[in-house]
Amino acid sequence: MNRRRRRRLAIFSAVVYVVLGLFFLIPIAAMIEFATRGVALGSPRTLSAFTSISADPELVGAIAASLELALIVSVGVLALLLPTMIWARLRLARLVRPLELICLTPLTIPAIVLVVGFAPIYRWLEINFSDSILILSFAYLILVLPYCYRALAAGLATVDIRTLSEAARSLGAGWGTVVYRIIVPNMSSAVFNACLLCVAVVLGEFTIANLLDFENLQVAIATLGTYSAQESIALAVLSLLFVFVFLFALTFLSRFASRRRGAMRG
Amino acid sequence: MSVGASGQMGPSQSTARSAAEVRLEDLSRHYGSTVALDGLNLTIEPGELVALLGPSGCGKTTALRLVAGLEDADGGRVVIAGRDVTQLPTSRRDTGMVFQAYSLFPHMTARENVAFGLRMRRVAATERRRRAGEMLELVGLDTQADRYAHQLSGGQQQRVALARALAIRPSILLLDEPLSALDARVRSQLRDEIRRVQREVGITTLFVTHDQEEALAIADRVGVMRAGRLEQLGPPTTIYSQPATPFVAEFVGLTNRLAGVVTGGVVDVRGVRLPLIAAAETPDGPAVALVRPEAVSLAAVAPSSNGPLSGTVIAVAFLGAVSRLTVDLGDTTVLVQIPTSEAAAHPGGSRVQVALRQDPVLVTRDQAPARR
Repeated sequence: MNRRRRRRLAIFSAVVYVVLGLFFLIPIAAMIEFATRGVALGSPRTLSAFTSISADPELVGAIAASLELALIVSVGVLALLLPTMIWARLRLARLVRPLELICLTPLTIPAIVLVVGFAPIYRWLEINFSDSILILSFAYLILVLPYCYRALAAGLATVDIRTLSEAARSLGAGWGTVVYRIIVPNMSSAVFNACLLCVAVVLGEFTIANLLDFENLQVAIATLGTYSAQESIALAVLSLLFVFVFLFALTFLSRFASRRRGAMRG
Repeated sequence: MSVGASGQMGPSQSTARSAAEVRLEDLSRHYGSTVALDGLNLTIEPGELVALLGPSGCGKTTALRLVAGLEDADGGRVVIAGRDVTQLPTSRRDTGMVFQAYSLFPHMTARENVAFGLRMRRVAATERRRRAGEMLELVGLDTQADRYAHQLSGGQQQRVALARALAIRPSILLLDEPLSALDARVRSQLRDEIRRVQREVGITTLFVTHDQEEALAIADRVGVMRAGRLEQLGPPTTIYSQPATPFVAEFVGLTNRLAGVVTGGVVDVRGVRLPLIAAAETPDGPAVALVRPEAVSLAAVAPSSNGPLSGTVIAVAFLGAVSRLTVDLGDTTVLVQIPTSEAAAHPGGSRVQVALRQDPVLVTRDQAPARR
């Protein structure tokens, strides 16, 4: 590649970064601007909309519930999906396609239709099991399946899981060790990506929680918006920042893991 | 043999244990209607290296995978050191395996890879480290112990894989075409390295390959497989010079197919009477004699000379110390392998007289050569 072409490519990359950056940052900046306005025209900027969030126990409860749901769903979907996908690829190759179809199906069903299906089950669960918001994790496990499946499938495609698992088993490793000590460390980026998608989907979910009458973060933001727009926007900003920080943390962890093991294939 | 944590032992001592006999008894395996293994019987003596050789789909890799427990047998038994392991999972079979594909765990260093099996056996950390170091020393990679797989060449990766397989002191070492992904020079070096290490450790070894040169060079005995069965099992020299079947003769090394007539235990090929390998079992009548290229020699003749064994050199292939010439006899061609110094006297286009050495030959009634 000659120097002129390299320069043009660098300029193009910079333009793309700037445009995309503005696309994301301008609305956030506008949200921050709105959330920090004073009560009256000309009054100084204030962080009261942000500080008042912690003073509202219902709001704090909704935030805590969403974070707990994100954690439960992330762990749950990985524990459910990862061994299943590995097992299907190693032992039941003919099930890989049907499994993919099943996992991607929730993408094609509108949330409102899902709720119609969930509603009677949740009525039964609330009566016979628990009315805690954490039972939403069952619905969210289904909701995040397509995203996690794609992320994990991309990771599995980069690892020769058959040879690695056979090598590990011939050295005395059981299936659990094969999965968690051999395969997972070699697709840590995919696992982190799946986690990130889980957290993002769960923290951003509104329809199912609202229609099933649970108050999670998004429902709380919407409710708050009906009587305190500034607090509502402040909470939305904080949730966005949390996801960004989480994204950067996972990216850092992923890079650290990659650096430790070097390139996947030399 | 156990090694204490403080023991100062060389690699061979730390790896050595009494070599085990391995028996494959009437092993069979089907994939749908395809028969991969058809009642395979094979006994590998303690400390012996047996190579299974055969074309793709002959069942050699299936046999190895059944021994490793990576696949389940439909029938028969695998007995290692007198213990029937047919129903045991791979992790409890006490086998060490080197794979065709690079199989080092990418997130671990060479030392961690070698120590992995020991870790699975709950060997103490200091002992693991010491034994991993010894194994790496055994394969000449002790200076590369802290490198990851992507920092090692293909040959080095396979040597680490060999060290890893040996570190657990398995009863049997299984080598599944470990050299096929390497270039010719490295392959030859590593082949010798594997043999050296195997002899030094004295471990019973099953080596699977489709490369006849590899099998003949490395093995104590070679088993030639075809369609899930052993066609012949024997020392490399026997396999080459006294093939039991036309398939073995044609699969191992090159052969000329020369039409002849069998009468009274000899075959007449273009006026030359050659003894038969299995004279008593060969009925009289027309047949095709299988003659090795090195059993054919050449002499220069006048351009006008004629006769059943006179022909024209149509191709000369230089192979280093020897050359392979193709001679057109009119109705057929003959491959001749002679020292390169002699081949210089017979350039392309020259007239030659072919002579057949009086080695015992095998005959076949099949007009088409066996599929390689």
